[in-house]
Amino acid sequence: MKYSIFSLVRNALSHHERWPLAWRSPDPKREYDAVIIGGGGHGLATAYYLAREHGIGNVAVLEKGYLGGGNTGRNTTIVRSNYYLNANAHFYEFSLKLWERLSVDLNFNVMFSQRGVLNLAHSYADLESYSRRGNAMRLNGIDAELLDRDEVERMVPLLDCSAEARYPIMGGLLQPRGGTARHDAVAWGYARGADARGVDIIQQCEVTGLRRNGNRIVGVETSRGYIGAKKVGLAVAGHSGQVAAMAGLRLPIETHVLQALVSEPVKPVLDTVVTSGAVHFYVSQSDKGELVLGGDLDMYNSYGQRSNLPPVEHAVQSLVALFPSFGRLRMLRTWGGVMDMSMDGSPIIGKTPIDNLYINCGWCYGGFKATPAAGWCFAHTIAQDRPHALNEAFTLDRYAQGHTLDERGAGPFAWMH
Amino acid sequence: MILQAYRLPQGGFIDRNKPLRFRFNGRDLQGYAGDSLASALIANGVHLVGRSFKYHRPRGIFSAGSEEPNALVQLEADARTEPNMRATQIELYEGLSATSQNCWPAVGMDIGAVNNTLSRLLPAGFYYKTFMWPPSWWMKYEHYIRKASGLGVSAHDPDPDFYEHRHAHCDVLVAGGGPAGLGAALAAARAGARVILADEGFQPGGSLLHETTAIDGMPATAWTRHILAELASLPEVSVLTRSTVFGYFDHNFLTIAETVSPHAPRAPRQRIWKVRAQRVVLATGATERPLVFADNDRPGIMLASAARTYVNRYGVRPGNRAVVFTNNDSAYLAALDLHRSGVSIAATVDPRPQANGEIATQVRAAGIRMLSGQVVVRARGTRHVNAAEIMRYENGRTAGAVERVDCDLLCISGGWSPAVHLFSQSKGRLRYDETLTSFVPAASAQAEQSAGAARGVYALADCISDGYAAGSQAATACGLSPAPPLAEPVVDRPSPGTILPLWRVDTDHTRRAKSFVDLQNDVTTADLALAAREGYVSVEHLKRYTTLGMGTDQGKTSNINGLAILAEINAAQIPAVGTTTFRPPYTPVTLGALAGAEVGPHFDPVRASAMHGWHQQAGARFINAGLWKRPQFYPHPGESLQQTINREVLAVRRRAGLVDVSTLGKIDIKGRDACVFLERVYTNRWRNLAVGKARYGLMLREDGMVFDDGTTTRIAEEHFLMTTTTANAVRVMSTLEYWLQVHWRDLDVRLTSVTEQWAAMALAGPASRKVLARVASADVGDDALPYLGYREMDVAGFPARVFRISFSGELAYEINVPADYGLAVWEALLEAGQSSGITPYGTEAMAVLRIEKGHIAGMELDGRTTPADLGLEKMIAADKDCIGKRSLALPALAAADRKQFVGLVTTDGRSAIPRGAQLVADSGHPLPNPILGHVTSTCHSPTLERPIALALLSRGRERYGEKLYAMSPLTGANMQVEVAHHVFYDPEGKRLRGC
Amino acid sequence: MMLIKCPHCGARAVTEFTYGGAAEIARPADPVGVSDAQWTDYVYMRDNPRGVHDEVWQHSAGCRRWIAVRRNTLTHDVIATADPGKLPHR
Repeated sequence: MKYSIFSLVRNALSHHERWPLAWRSPDPKREYDAVIIGGGGHGLATAYYLAREHGIGNVAVLEKGYLGGGNTGRNTTIVRSNYYLNANAHFYEFSLKLWERLSVDLNFNVMFSQRGVLNLAHSYADLESYSRRGNAMRLNGIDAELLDRDEVERMVPLLDCSAEARYPIMGGLLQPRGGTARHDAVAWGYARGADARGVDIIQQCEVTGLRRNGNRIVGVETSRGYIGAKKVGLAVAGHSGQVAAMAGLRLPIETHVLQALVSEPVKPVLDTVVTSGAVHFYVSQSDKGELVLGGDLDMYNSYGQRSNLPPVEHAVQSLVALFPSFGRLRMLRTWGGVMDMSMDGSPIIGKTPIDNLYINCGWCYGGFKATPAAGWCFAHTIAQDRPHALNEAFTLDRYAQGHTLDERGAGPFAWMH
Repeated sequence: MILQAYRLPQGGFIDRNKPLRFRFNGRDLQGYAGDSLASALIANGVHLVGRSFKYHRPRGIFSAGSEEPNALVQLEADARTEPNMRATQIELYEGLSATSQNCWPAVGMDIGAVNNTLSRLLPAGFYYKTFMWPPSWWMKYEHYIRKASGLGVSAHDPDPDFYEHRHAHCDVLVAGGGPAGLGAALAAARAGARVILADEGFQPGGSLLHETTAIDGMPATAWTRHILAELASLPEVSVLTRSTVFGYFDHNFLTIAETVSPHAPRAPRQRIWKVRAQRVVLATGATERPLVFADNDRPGIMLASAARTYVNRYGVRPGNRAVVFTNNDSAYLAALDLHRSGVSIAATVDPRPQANGEIATQVRAAGIRMLSGQVVVRARGTRHVNAAEIMRYENGRTAGAVERVDCDLLCISGGWSPAVHLFSQSKGRLRYDETLTSFVPAASAQAEQSAGAARGVYALADCISDGYAAGSQAATACGLSPAPPLAEPVVDRPSPGTILPLWRVDTDHTRRAKSFVDLQNDVTTADLALAAREGYVSVEHLKRYTTLGMGTDQGKTSNINGLAILAEINAAQIPAVGTTTFRPPYTPVTLGALAGAEVGPHFDPVRASAMHGWHQQAGARFINAGLWKRPQFYPHPGESLQQTINREVLAVRRRAGLVDVSTLGKIDIKGRDACVFLERVYTNRWRNLAVGKARYGLMLREDGMVFDDGTTTRIAEEHFLMTTTTANAVRVMSTLEYWLQVHWRDLDVRLTSVTEQWAAMALAGPASRKVLARVASADVGDDALPYLGYREMDVAGFPARVFRISFSGELAYEINVPADYGLAVWEALLEAGQSSGITPYGTEAMAVLRIEKGHIAGMELDGRTTPADLGLEKMIAADKDCIGKRSLALPALAAADRKQFVGLVTTDGRSAIPRGAQLVADSGHPLPNPILGHVTSTCHSPTLERPIALALLSRGRERYGEKLYAMSPLTGANMQVEVAHHVFYDPEGKRLRGC
Repeated sequence: MMLIKCPHCGARAVTEFTYGGAAEIARPADPVGVSDAQWTDYVYMRDNPRGVHDEVWQHSAGCRRWIAVRRNTLTHDVIATADPGKLPHR
């Protein structure tokens, strides 16, 4: 059933008792042309584009828990393409363009809100590096504007733009087309779209092993039995190392926990996404009215999806330092998500040393905004057995070549990116 | 002012001699000290408090505690305003002012209530199915959606209050000051433990505050006072009131949000306690569950235990004529207490065929009409309940005719759920108990135990004993002797009957009415059914699709009902459905309190050099460099920024300048293997450095990229002083320690950071030798102190280290003195240089000087440059390994098309090269325009009288003389530039050698 | 907030420490003698276990000593601490 105001009215007349399932819950078949491990946004988008762009509908998405239960449902929902390095800029800009028509494509409102993403500059060095980044973005065809202090103040009136601040605001880099989206809806929308194109979405199905014939993958062992697969794609950010190890692969990845929190909902007070490079911090206001804050990593390897006070406290201090009037709002909920922190801060989408096994991992905390493009490029890589032009640079073997993509220049320390 | 018409003549924990005036929605009202805002409103007959989130339905006071979903108010106004405050937890004070929120123009007449009329178009998740066309209109739709959502409003002015953090350690932390918590604290304290007892209420006691029964022969309230008095007498016990334990983190680290008594003068408004406890006792009690039936959200409907609280603790009547609807015996206590207080009980309604517990028997004995095997199917009334519709209940179905019973108070109880939030935060595992119909703690993950109602032990005497046992065990686990045993508390408490699970009342009669599961977020049983129908059957999907339990109450009264109803719909078992994850905080915590004192100018500490005061007096403008404040320049009156910089630069080039370089990292390196160590960390040679000589060094990361640079001086055979950049000082120190302690444990080397111990200043310019000679105790001539030489001597009478090194490209000396002498030496040098025209200069002039000289700095050391990229390949000694050297042989690091360090000049010789500009071959190329490189540093060179820049450019060194475009689309600047060598000034280095 | 027992100072809050990554990675003794793949394996590849992990930390706001910590990355239990290279064999 197509979703629209008309179907909503029609179903209202039948008291909403005739809405169909958004997706089926089939039993797994014996074999698929492709099996995607991981039912988050990336895995579901991959399946969707495999079916839609490559005509490969005999696909299963295997999810050990529930759809979108990993980082898709735990991130701070920011979408942007304000990257400096060419490979990242082109990839994320393509993603942003897919976002711009995603609700219509999926016939599911993912509430992509292009309210702008503003990076605050607190020093001349910040201004200089933002200028460098903004100029590169513009030459790469990406929107960017450099704001001075007064323009920042006009745009975000509740910011403390005074000279007395510990790190006075000197300006900012704005990407007007950036914004936020409703994270759960992205998983659900892709799931519904993939299901409608014949993809089997199988929840509560944990992969326990990868079966090989020589150097070729032939199927996966799961908690619901063996499933044959001509091709297997891994999209399990946060647990990539665990699944890759089933194929004997080591990855240039450490798993770290990123902390986030929301405040109680209030009427609109913040109309754009504000981030600060001086402190690793970002905030936006959800449509429901909650301030959504992203903080730092715990800064040590962890798979424990739990809250941790020091990064939360630091994020709140950053918020109150920037927005002194928010001090009387209250923190409602905190959570931690496990991140694939890659050793150069950039993702990996591509082939592996094992035939017909493909990997999508290493997203650090940039995976959500990448969802459409990651799905698109991963589907292409799986279908064609070679990367799309946009993910050519994101290979797993780039580290051995020295072709790292170190956006922050932080070096081989996963938690520094 | 209105009289408190619903105040009982006596009873309760309120002080009738202390009336307090307050305002609600513009009406002046009165309550008493000891009231909550909710009880004071009830005393005045105010039941309509707010409007619901989505449908704007009238809502009243539903509970008496932190679980309140409905009675949220905007407290106070202007800078001190606070949204979404639970009226049930606000301690009344003189002059309090609150208003209803999420309603316009008024709570009684709210335009938003049109949503209730349109509600058929607004089922769960409706927004996912519409507002998609045309695509560009979402921002328009969203504007109105955002306006409609949110609850209260944020302040727009800075918070005028302050907050603090406090760290504490204790043997036993007890969360919750009810019967179990008091018992636990008492036992632990009697065993000699250091105890912290935290209770969220403004009076400790929890449920004891509304108990009417006697304990050990005294009223419960007197017993409570007695226990509190004993606790207060013990020096190692802290009892915190208004203090919610809100977080249970790793390794028994817990956080408490304390609202400091409003009567304490000059105190912080709130305080966050960070407690590391050896043992924790969770005595957090239980939350009463609502019953779900049609229109169960009307004002006047409240939890039965809340009704007891209002009558017994606050001495107010929540209504005149009550119906009590319950599936368990606990609510019969409410019936009895209300009855005793003069509230007429129209009926009790119970789905069980026969309520046969002892309490029910007492109700029957009181002559109250008891309807067994019946349920309330619907509440009547809009702004206030005015009747309950009742039907027979047989075999899980409703039957028979509808009986209407008039009432203005409908007390409900669907049983109890232990407050397992903190237990779950601690990562303990839950178990579903069929008898109690609730989740209870099963296995601990940390050093804690639950006690009393928090683990499903409900009878009062059992709670006290359970708490006492837990406290005693906790103390024993801390190595203390157990407390003397507690005499079994004597409580005249009848035993309860068994509960009949009743998760929702569903009848055809009320099929189209709304039955609310989550009152705050307006989630109905129909919403849950719709979610299940569409496949959102995981409990997390249900929560996210319907927003169940996502309100400010975090679903305290709705989560269990919600998942039980989901289980019913899916014909699944409740434990199979599972629970959502409990995350901190237990109740919302003020952001200002979490931030504590580290806000505003105190967000980060400030590092300042020994000469900072002088810079301030000289009118320096400061720049942040990490935590440091550095003088950026020293403007003279009437000067433009460029004029200031030019003046400072030219003073150095022509006469002498003095700059504060104290912020550079300084690491003292000593030991037999100090030289071997340097050979391993730096790319270049150190073995052949003579004592009394300095050398420039380059340090890589293991991935081959340049990490840091600086000069290191051999002070003695086995003693070096390394300098680092300001930005990397901390990381270099830590990295050196890492290599030494983790990988090279056999080396005899000791590292000490001495950045803070030495004040450092660079005296630069052709006149610098003359100036220094005036105050130096030793010969500073070229023979005695040649370029890259080092000597110790007195400068202006103070012991100093003098290095003949230069960043500016001029004859220059870096002078280090113990930090305490920094200011004196600085002033002495300025004095000595006065006749030579000495000028203090800041970071801006320093940057111009180094750009003219083509030295690398932060913008070139961007973590992506190799030594060869920077033209420093000669600094890699061929015959030894060092950190990162092997990576330089990787194909990509040795590639020919890498960006290389070059200089740029504008072809017109006038226009400034924009900062952050990108270099392209064709400025008219359609986008994306291939980027060849970028400007790293740019300035106007007053020495060369033209703009210059440094850049990283692909194959740059092959391009000298080539013309490219420096483009800055951000500013619209687009300039033709010519590629040049990166050293613009004195390429032979004659000046720094002083020849 | 984790509590880590510094072998030199005793149990301290994790906020006094700075993380330094996996402890088990051995630097090739002869970097020139190994292949690019072997070298970059050392620089970039990690075991990243979900469970027991040997790692190094610096007691940066304390004695500044680097220490080895055996810790469970899922439960955050600190199993053992020692000077670098001195953790008991598993």
